[in-house]
Amino acid sequence: MPYRSHVSNHSYAASIFKFRALVAAIICLLMLGGLLFRLAWLQIIDYAHFADLSEHNRIRLMELPPTRGLIYDRNGVILAENKPTFHLEIIPEQVEDMEATLQGLGKIVSLSESEIERFREQLLVHRSFQRISLRSHLTEEEVARLAANRYRFPGVDINARLSRYYPQGEVAAHAVGYVGRISVSELSVINEGNYRGTTHIGKTGLEKYYEGELHGKVGRQKVEVNAQGRVLRVIDKVPAVRGNDLVLNLDIELQHIAEDALGDLAGAVIAIEPHSGAVVVFVSKPGFDPNLFVHGISHKNYNALQHAIYKPLFNRAIFGQYPPGSTFKPFLGLGGVEKRVIEPDEPVYCRGYFLLPDDDTERKYRDWKKEGHGRMNLSSAIEQSCDVYFYELAYRMGIKNMHDFLARFGFGEETGIDLLGERSGLLPSAEWKKEKQGMVWYPGETLIAGIGQGYMLATPIQLAVATAALASRGEKIVPRLLKEVHQSLDGSIRTREPSRTMIKLRDENNWNIVFNAMKNVVHGALGTARATGWGMKFKMAGKTGTAQVFGIAQDEEYDEETVSKKLRDHGLFIGFGPVEDPVLAVAVVAENGEHGSKMAPIARRLIKRYMEKYSTRPASNNKQADNAAEGSITQASHVH
Amino acid sequence: MYNSSTQFFDSDYESKTARFLRLLHIDTVLLAGLLLLMVAGLGILYSASDGSIEVVQGQVLRLAISFAVMFIVAQIPQQTLYIWAPWFFALGIILLVLVLVAGDVGKGAQRWLNLYVIRFQPSEMMKLVTPMMLAWYLCEKPFPPKVSALVISMILVILPTMLIAKQPDLGTALLVAAGGMFVVFFGGIRWRILFGAMFSILAMIPVLWQFMHDYQKQRVLTLFDPESDPLGSGYHIIQSMIAIGSGGIYGKGWLNGTQSQLDFIPERTTDFIYAVFAEEFGLMGAIVLLSLYAFIIIRGLYIAASAQDSFGRLLAGSISLTFFVYLFVNVGMVSGILPVVGVPLPLISFGGTSMVTLMAGFGMLMSISTHRRLVVK
Repeated sequence: MPYRSHVSNHSYAASIFKFRALVAAIICLLMLGGLLFRLAWLQIIDYAHFADLSEHNRIRLMELPPTRGLIYDRNGVILAENKPTFHLEIIPEQVEDMEATLQGLGKIVSLSESEIERFREQLLVHRSFQRISLRSHLTEEEVARLAANRYRFPGVDINARLSRYYPQGEVAAHAVGYVGRISVSELSVINEGNYRGTTHIGKTGLEKYYEGELHGKVGRQKVEVNAQGRVLRVIDKVPAVRGNDLVLNLDIELQHIAEDALGDLAGAVIAIEPHSGAVVVFVSKPGFDPNLFVHGISHKNYNALQHAIYKPLFNRAIFGQYPPGSTFKPFLGLGGVEKRVIEPDEPVYCRGYFLLPDDDTERKYRDWKKEGHGRMNLSSAIEQSCDVYFYELAYRMGIKNMHDFLARFGFGEETGIDLLGERSGLLPSAEWKKEKQGMVWYPGETLIAGIGQGYMLATPIQLAVATAALASRGEKIVPRLLKEVHQSLDGSIRTREPSRTMIKLRDENNWNIVFNAMKNVVHGALGTARATGWGMKFKMAGKTGTAQVFGIAQDEEYDEETVSKKLRDHGLFIGFGPVEDPVLAVAVVAENGEHGSKMAPIARRLIKRYMEKYSTRPASNNKQADNAAEGSITQASHVH
Repeated sequence: MYNSSTQFFDSDYESKTARFLRLLHIDTVLLAGLLLLMVAGLGILYSASDGSIEVVQGQVLRLAISFAVMFIVAQIPQQTLYIWAPWFFALGIILLVLVLVAGDVGKGAQRWLNLYVIRFQPSEMMKLVTPMMLAWYLCEKPFPPKVSALVISMILVILPTMLIAKQPDLGTALLVAAGGMFVVFFGGIRWRILFGAMFSILAMIPVLWQFMHDYQKQRVLTLFDPESDPLGSGYHIIQSMIAIGSGGIYGKGWLNGTQSQLDFIPERTTDFIYAVFAEEFGLMGAIVLLSLYAFIIIRGLYIAASAQDSFGRLLAGSISLTFFVYLFVNVGMVSGILPVVGVPLPLISFGGTSMVTLMAGFGMLMSISTHRRLVVK
C-alpha cells in the first residue's frame, strides 16, 4: 500500500493532536509530581522511621560469651579445661546441589540416618543463609579429611567451639562437678544478661559452687551485617572478661592413691590439712565420667548411672550419712575426762556386757568381744575399742553432755565446705527425740549413742573435720576445696583466710591422752589397726570403726549375692599423722567394707605421700631415713 | 508555528555539529538527554553492583549495541516503517503463538523463542510493533475515528496483550497495551468514549482479579500491606522503601547506601535500582533524575507534535508516553504505590532486551524528527 497522508482533515487532526500532546505532557508532569510527592513523603516525613529501620537492618548487637575459667589442682594439674570441638555446618544458599553434597560428605565423615533426617527438618524451618548444623563433635581425623576436601563442597563449613573437658575423667569428679546446658529453671535464677550467648552452666560440685568466679563477664560487639547476616565489620566492641581460674587444695596424685586404694568399694575418703582446712583428697566412690554430661548425657547412660547399685552420682563425701561407730570413741573419751565424769586412769572392768543400773529388764548391752576386755582405762579402751567402757562413760555423761561436747567438734551441723547441699548428719538429744518423734529419751539409747550407733549419723566430711580438729588440738576449721582464685583481669591471686573456731579444753594435757590412745590403735600391741602400724616410719594416730548395717531399704531389690554383700558392715577409719605434728587428717568410710582396720592403710599411704611431697621441716632427714627403711622392707618382701 | 519559549527545542537554530548529526538523522536534543541519563545510569549501576567493573562494562556494551540499533532505525524513513507495520505485526502475532506452543521457559514464564542462533523474546518487539500497527490502521481512517474503527483498534491491542499476558508477563503486556492505547488516544478518540472506556475498565477490575495468577494477586495484596509477608513477597517492597526513606533529602552519598551495599535491596541492579539511587542521592537526586526523564518525554512529545504526518505523530506520541509508563510504573512499584511488576527503570536498569527495544523506539523518534524534509507538505 502506498504511503499517503490524508490531507482532507489533516490540519484538524494535527491541531487535535497538539492539544492532546499538551494534555498528555501535563498529565505526565502531574503524575511525576505525584511520584515526587510520594518520594518526599518517604524521604522527609517518614525519614526518621526508615533511617531507624535501615540502622536496625545493618547493625546487630552480638554477645561475646566469656571463656570459662579453668580448674587446677594445687600443683597446677588441670582438672577442667576448655577444648575446641569441631562441628560440621551447612549454609544452604551456598550449596549448589544439596543431595550430592550430603552424599559426598557421607563418604568423608560418618553421618547417621537420624542426623541427615534432623538436618532436612532444620532445612525447612531456616532461612537459606542461616547455618544449619549437620554433625557435631567431629573427630580430629574427620576434621583433617574435611579440610582436605573442603574445596569440593561450597557452603560447607567447620565451626570450632570451646567445650568443657575434664581430662581426669572419673577422678575427683564429685569435687569438680560438671557443666551442662542451662535449664529453664536456672535461667530464672541467673543474671540473664551476663549469660547471653553462653550455653553451659555449672551443674554440680565446684563448677556450680564457684559459677560466679568461673563464668566471667559477657562482652558485646556492635557489628555491621549484610542481608545474609554475615558480619562485615565491627563498629564497637566491649570484650568479654574470661572467668577466673580456680586453684584447688586437692592434690590429684593423692586423690589417685585414695581412689585406687578404695578399689571397688563404695565410700568416701577425705584428707584435710588440720591447720588450714585445705581439703587435699576428696573421694566419693563410685565415680562417674563428668564428660558425659557436658554435651547432654544420653538416656541410656543416664539410666545406667541412676540405676547402678551404688549410685555413682551420689556424692557420699557430703551427702552420705553413716553411723560413725567406734570412730566416735576418742571424742567421747575426751569429753569424759573434760567433763570429769571419769579419770583417764580410772579402771572400768569389761566382762563382755554392760547392765544399766536400776534396770529391771536386766538387758545386756554387749561388747563386740564376747569374753570381754577385762580391766580397761581410757587409753586401752580406745586402743582396743572396748564398748563396755564407753557404755559406762556414756551412762555417766548423759546424752545432754555428750551432745553438747560432740557438737563442739561440728557433729550435727554442716561443715561449711565449698560445695552445695551438704548434709548435717545427726547428733541426737532428748529434745531432738521429743520434737521429732514425740517420745522420751531412754537411758539405753544413751549407751548406744556412746558407741556411735543408734540415732547417731555423720557425713565423711564431718568425720574428717572433727579428726582435723583433734589433730590440731582444737582448731575446728571450715574445710576448703578452693585454694586460690587467679583473677583473669589483672592476674592477681585471691586467697581466703582459713576460718576456724577454737575448741578450748579445761586441761590441754587431755589432748595428749587421746593422742596417745589413738597412736596405740595403730602402733600398740593390741591396737585394732596394729597391722597397719607394722614397719611404719612415722607415728600415726587413728581409730577404727565398724557400723552395723541393719537392713536394706524395702524398695531396693538385689540378687542374693548383692544382698549378702550389702549386709556387710561399713568400715570406718579416722586418723592423722605424724602424731608429733600432724600434717594430714584423714577420714575413710567404706560401705560394706566389713571393718575399719582394713581402711587404715589408706590413711597411712596418704599421710606418707603427703609428707614426702610437702614436708620441708628438718624432718626431711627423717623422710630420707623413712624412704630407706621403706626400701629395705620392699627388698625384704622380695626375698620372701 | 514555533513559540519563542520553546527555543531550546527549536531545530532552526542549530550548530554545525547539530547539522552534521541531523544529516545522520540524529536529534541532538534527544541525544543529549539520553546520553546524560545513561551516564548517570552507569554511575548508579556501579554503586548498585558493589563496584563491579564487569557489570558496568557489560552495560556499556549493551548501551553501545542499543545505540547502534537506534542509529540504524533512525536511518529508516517513516514511510518504510509504515509499509512494514502490518507485516511486522502479523509476524509478531505468529511468533507469540509459537512462544506459547514451543517456547523456552525462563524464570517460570514462557517468553523466549530459541532460534538456535539467539534466544529471542517476541513480546519485546511487540512493544514497538503494536503502536506501529495501530498508527498504520488509524492514520488511514477519517478523523475522528468511528466506533467501528475503534473496535478494530481494540482488537489489534487486545490480541498481542492477551498472548503476552498468558506467558505470563504482566509488565510487558501492560506496556504493549499502553502503547496501543496511546495511539488511540492521539488518534482522536472522543473524550466521552475515552472516559466511558476508562470507567468500564475500572468496573472490570473484579472480573480481571478472577483471571489473575495467585502470585499476581499476592503482589497486589502485598502492595496494600507489605508487612503481611515481610520475608516473602513483602520483603522487596519493605527493603526498597527503607532504602528510599532512609536516603532522606540529601541521600547517604554515592557508594554509601547501607541498604544497597549490604545486599538488603533485592534485584538492586535491575528492577529495584531506583531504590539504590534514592538511598544514595536522596530527594534532591530524585528531583534531578525525574526532571531528566521529563525532559526526554517532553522532547519526544514535541517531536510528535511537529511530525508532518499522522502516522509519525501517532507513533512518536505513543513511544514517548510508553517511555513515561516505564518510568512511572518502575518508580511507583519501588516506592510502594504500585504492585511489583517486572518493569525496569528505562535506560538505567541492568539488562539487555528492554534497552534495545527502548533505543529502537528512540531511533524511530529520531527518524520521525529528521526525515521530515523529505516529505512534501
